[in-house]
Amino acid sequence: MTEEQIITTVNQALAEEFELELEAMQPAASIYADLGLDSLDTVDMVIVLEAAFKFKIRDEEAIKKIRTLQDIYDFVQRKMAELS
Amino acid sequence: MKWKRVAITGVGVVSCLGCGCEAVSAALRAGRSGIVVDEERLELGFRSPLTGTIRGFDPKDWLGRKERKTMTDFSVQAYAATREALTLAGVADEDLRNPDTGLIFGCDSSCLAGIEQVELLRQSRETKAIGSGHIFRSMTSNITMNLNTLLGTQGACWSLSSACSSGGHAVGQAADLIASGRQQRVICGGAQEINWQSMCSFDGLGAFSTARDEPQKACRPFSADRDGLVPSGGAAALVLEEYELARRRGARIFGEVLSYAFSSDGEHLSVPSRGGLQRAMNGVLQRAGLQPGQIDYICAHATATPAGDGAEADNIHAVFGDAKPWVSSTKSMTGHELWMSGAAQVVYSTLMARDGFIAPNLNFTTPDDHSRGLRIVTQTVDESPRRVLCNSAGFGGTNACLVLGFDA
Repeated sequence: MTEEQIITTVNQALAEEFELELEAMQPAASIYADLGLDSLDTVDMVIVLEAAFKFKIRDEEAIKKIRTLQDIYDFVQRKMAELS
Repeated sequence: MKWKRVAITGVGVVSCLGCGCEAVSAALRAGRSGIVVDEERLELGFRSPLTGTIRGFDPKDWLGRKERKTMTDFSVQAYAATREALTLAGVADEDLRNPDTGLIFGCDSSCLAGIEQVELLRQSRETKAIGSGHIFRSMTSNITMNLNTLLGTQGACWSLSSACSSGGHAVGQAADLIASGRQQRVICGGAQEINWQSMCSFDGLGAFSTARDEPQKACRPFSADRDGLVPSGGAAALVLEEYELARRRGARIFGEVLSYAFSSDGEHLSVPSRGGLQRAMNGVLQRAGLQPGQIDYICAHATATPAGDGAEADNIHAVFGDAKPWVSSTKSMTGHELWMSGAAQVVYSTLMARDGFIAPNLNFTTPDDHSRGLRIVTQTVDESPRRVLCNSAGFGGTNACLVLGFDA
């Protein structure tokens, strides 16, 4: 999966789950301040990412460190690299 | 302590009779039933496929996915009913965000989330795969916790569980909080889930009507040929305010909650007693300073079970004697809205008073030994009730009575 495909998949999955506008989904956007997610939403974000990329996320500390969309893209990329 | 007057300044409803006050009032006046046959229940092994059903309500019209994630269907309906009530009351959102405004709803179950979360865990074998919404949706306080967040109220915030009198006690407690000066405005009501999952074991008790050939004629409160209740649901909401506050801000005052009284039977779990509801009716009249002859309409609890209607009729005779107010059960049209019903009766009575009629007790053909002598409304009465007594009663023998005043 290319970096661009990862970005598109993350954006589409989160946009659908949290009813976000795709235009607002800039890499530097804070998932909390800019996209309006809260701590409960991150529980569902993990489920959505697992379903979109068909992997299991066990590293809860890494999820807690996520602040921006770019952090999510990086996290998914690392995860995909580990699995390949 | 001088008790304050309590004004009804807004009502809202989502029921099997329609979505919104106008549709519901028209159905009540016309004597139109909202009961249908749900074929799936037959396939599943229910005794009765009869149920009320909500038509034309789309939760997406009211709230986004993020808000709905933590809300049950009936909580979204409660939100819609609350919005309608607030619009009629003319209360702006910024006037809700204070410690003098509260929320009390009646609710006694939230079945689906509990089932879904267990299924999800069994499939996934990890709790984090269940998602964030289920814990909130599984609680009976789901309505008030979500409305509080959505509306920003800062006063009372709780749900009240007392089986089929939950809605009645919720309106009563809301009125008492205002009358005693502890709150200035309380949004109150009741809501009830409609799904087969929450009703299957109740169906198994044999208390539901099985007259499925003509669903609209199935529910026959007080009639000798009644054969059981029809489960139903939805949401009913009211805005209650301290009377002077409502008057000063120029609100349209639809009526008043004149008094509230409660009692419990202390007898059988599911068979109502001959004395409990009577004590609540006597208490509510005494608190309102009214004689039985000053009540012109009883919006009865009567659900069309043989034992329940018989006990209520006997209790009405005992309290009212020769005074013969009109009596009807709106459940003849709506079915039994269970946790919602006590609040729905207050909304329905308010609409009757506003729109100038008393709704009929559909399907009443023949009195039995208990209902004989009651002045049952068999055809819509074209006059506004001025003083209404609403009865509600629940499993365990918990009774709520309210007297409403609609002096012009």
